[in-house]
Amino acid sequence: MTAQAPEAAPKEDWRRHKKMERNVALFGLAAFAAVTIGGIVEIAPLFWIDNTIEKVDGMRPYTPLEQAGRDIYVREGCYVCHSQMIRPFRDEVERYGHYSLAAESMYDRPFQWGSKRTGPDLARVGGRYSDEWHVQHLKDPRAVVPESVMPTYAFLANRELDAGDASATLTALYRAGTPYTKDQIAKANEDLKLQGDPMGDTADLNKRYPKAQVRDFDGQPDKLTEMDALVAYLQMLGTLVDVNAAAAQEDLAKEKGR
Amino acid sequence: MESVVSRSGWWLAALFASIFAMAAAVDWGFAVHMGIFALAALIGLVVSLRTTDFQAAARGLLKVPQDEGRYDDDLIRYGMIATVFWGMAGFLVGLIIALQLGFPALNLGLEWTSFGRLRPLHTSAVIFAFGGSALISTSFYVVQRTCRARLAFPGLARFVFWGYQLFIVLAATGYLMGITQGKEYAEPEWYVDLWLTIVWVAYLAVFVGTIVKRTEPHIYVANWFYLSFILTVAMLHLVNNANVPVSLFGSKSYPLWSGVQGALVQWWYGHNAVGFFLTAGFLAMMYYFVPKQAQRPVYSYRLSILHFWSLIFLYIWAGPHHLHYTALPDWAQTLGMVFSVMLWMPSWGGMINGLMTLNGAWDKVRTDPIIRMMVLALAFYGMSTFEGPMMSVKSVNSLSHYTDWTIGHVHSGALGWNGMITFACVYYLVPRLWGRERLYSLRMVNWHFWLATLGIVFYASSMWVAGITQGLMWREYGADGYLVNSFAETVAALHPMYLLRAFGGGMFLVGAGIMTFNVWMTILGKLRDEAPLYHPVHNADADHPLTAVPAE
Repeated sequence: MTAQAPEAAPKEDWRRHKKMERNVALFGLAAFAAVTIGGIVEIAPLFWIDNTIEKVDGMRPYTPLEQAGRDIYVREGCYVCHSQMIRPFRDEVERYGHYSLAAESMYDRPFQWGSKRTGPDLARVGGRYSDEWHVQHLKDPRAVVPESVMPTYAFLANRELDAGDASATLTALYRAGTPYTKDQIAKANEDLKLQGDPMGDTADLNKRYPKAQVRDFDGQPDKLTEMDALVAYLQMLGTLVDVNAAAAQEDLAKEKGR
Repeated sequence: MESVVSRSGWWLAALFASIFAMAAAVDWGFAVHMGIFALAALIGLVVSLRTTDFQAAARGLLKVPQDEGRYDDDLIRYGMIATVFWGMAGFLVGLIIALQLGFPALNLGLEWTSFGRLRPLHTSAVIFAFGGSALISTSFYVVQRTCRARLAFPGLARFVFWGYQLFIVLAATGYLMGITQGKEYAEPEWYVDLWLTIVWVAYLAVFVGTIVKRTEPHIYVANWFYLSFILTVAMLHLVNNANVPVSLFGSKSYPLWSGVQGALVQWWYGHNAVGFFLTAGFLAMMYYFVPKQAQRPVYSYRLSILHFWSLIFLYIWAGPHHLHYTALPDWAQTLGMVFSVMLWMPSWGGMINGLMTLNGAWDKVRTDPIIRMMVLALAFYGMSTFEGPMMSVKSVNSLSHYTDWTIGHVHSGALGWNGMITFACVYYLVPRLWGRERLYSLRMVNWHFWLATLGIVFYASSMWVAGITQGLMWREYGADGYLVNSFAETVAALHPMYLLRAFGGGMFLVGAGIMTFNVWMTILGKLRDEAPLYHPVHNADADHPLTAVPAE
């Protein structure tokens, strides 16, 4: 690059640039080389340094119902107003909970960290409100939070969940890199229905997906709606990793590569 | 005749393929999109079967002059119309979603009109539809003139233009139906991404092909910027959209990159969509149209070399500043911050080279509203490329991130820099492309200038206030050691700012509406009977040769 050339012979250097200006292949290659370096240096290490690939106790891939709820979250563009990334500041930790760890979004395809908080952060919203609150809030946000500017999502409660073939969904996620087992993929369609059914036998499901919450989420036990799926997803956000446990804190202290 | 048969054969094959994919679709959104593909193939088929008739009809309708010039300008005329159309669409949706934040009832309770679906529609309409149409059409105009060569591969060039328009339609209808990857500014799903990849490779071929057949020895600086924009966007698009589809006949797919890796790949993409789509590409427009309109040569050749290479090299590193204080490792955040601050200098290099081009022609700022728009665009470019590095400093970012300050920053760049320079180029090009003596009305350009400028001032300042208010309220502690504000209180506090922002956006939209009318009338060949903007009055006292003053 001429920019870094010694000052002794400036004329010579500008002439060298002129040579490049006459050759589009040379120019294109040089420009392409210039724009690749930064990305390689910054992104590649994330695939091998400790704290970006470590697995933390409690993390598991999403259940089929949670993943269906997550797909609805993505479909409705919730990420344009809600972040899922708590920064390590006193006010954020007190408002939303322990700051987010990289491992907590390791199975997030796509990641949903967000860039704007028109509404509050949702990284640890799971368990903070009741299912009824979520259903009411989604149907009419201003019924429970008068200042809210959120759109209403009443249609979710009326629409039967059509998640397509849940096995195909899990297979695609597996191909992308989420470590679903053969068992989980084979039973995906059953698990999808089972998690929203309070009467089902759930011992098996809980073995496949520890800490999975099994119940009717939307107050309509006779049907599995999009509301069930979305609330199931919201209620599990941030609940998998016990960040305040002693072991987790020790892990954080030992972390390298930050 | 043979070519018509083979071409229509290809269209027919495309038509059948899309109808088949439509029938096999596993979700209705995918079926609708395959229907749109089929419709496009059908239009292509009909057009190629009755080529001559159709072209004559379109020429009559759009008042296109017979193109006997040495350059291939047909596409650029369509491109101007597309730019104005998508601009109006994008600004209108922007105003609607701005009002939705003030009055949530405007979401109408329908899934298709809720903020979450309309916001990607707005961002894509202004960046990729309005900006993209402007970039493709101006690049075709500029590369022909600066290379003194007719466009290479004219058939492929038409495919690029119409293929890109199809991409826009697929993306936009997809957002309304909820078909999205859920990554900002990269929302279109896998099959639309594949389509754009094909179009983009064709774009590169046409652009480089034209440079290769140039009759000028040197490649002009505007083309360096266009070339780096095309190459880099191709790289970003391919890496960030590496997805695994659930079914080959369904719209849904999942990205290869998850979590922290996904976040950095996305913002490496996202920030350089700003860096190369909205900066390098628009600097290319600046490097051709500002010297042409000012009728002065570019200020400094060396500065253009220096700032071109440093700009493209440094920009690519700046992505992590979107992820300050997140779970991204600190070293990556710091690297992103340092490079963002360094980026300030090459950015201002571009601004200085543009502004100083007016050396000796500064009086035109007073007399020529198009030059005035260009100067304001460069001023906003300078302002936002100072504000950006400032916001990327971690301590500033801890306050500004997640707030409306970011939205204000983006809009001072997008409305002020990209919008204004595009309007100026449209005003420059339309009379020339349609062979008109001048624009329908210069006074309307002046009105547009002031409405847009005041609109941006309202927009940016209300968002600064909103962002800083919100950031400070979030972190406010009382004497008792507890947080003072609930989140809902911070939302309520922003209401007046949201209304002011919508007012500013409304002014910007009205200005663009005036431009639409002006362009339309110019295309129709009308000239408004109006008093000239500037009356030079003869001043007898000043009318004498300059007397030399000896140096002291």
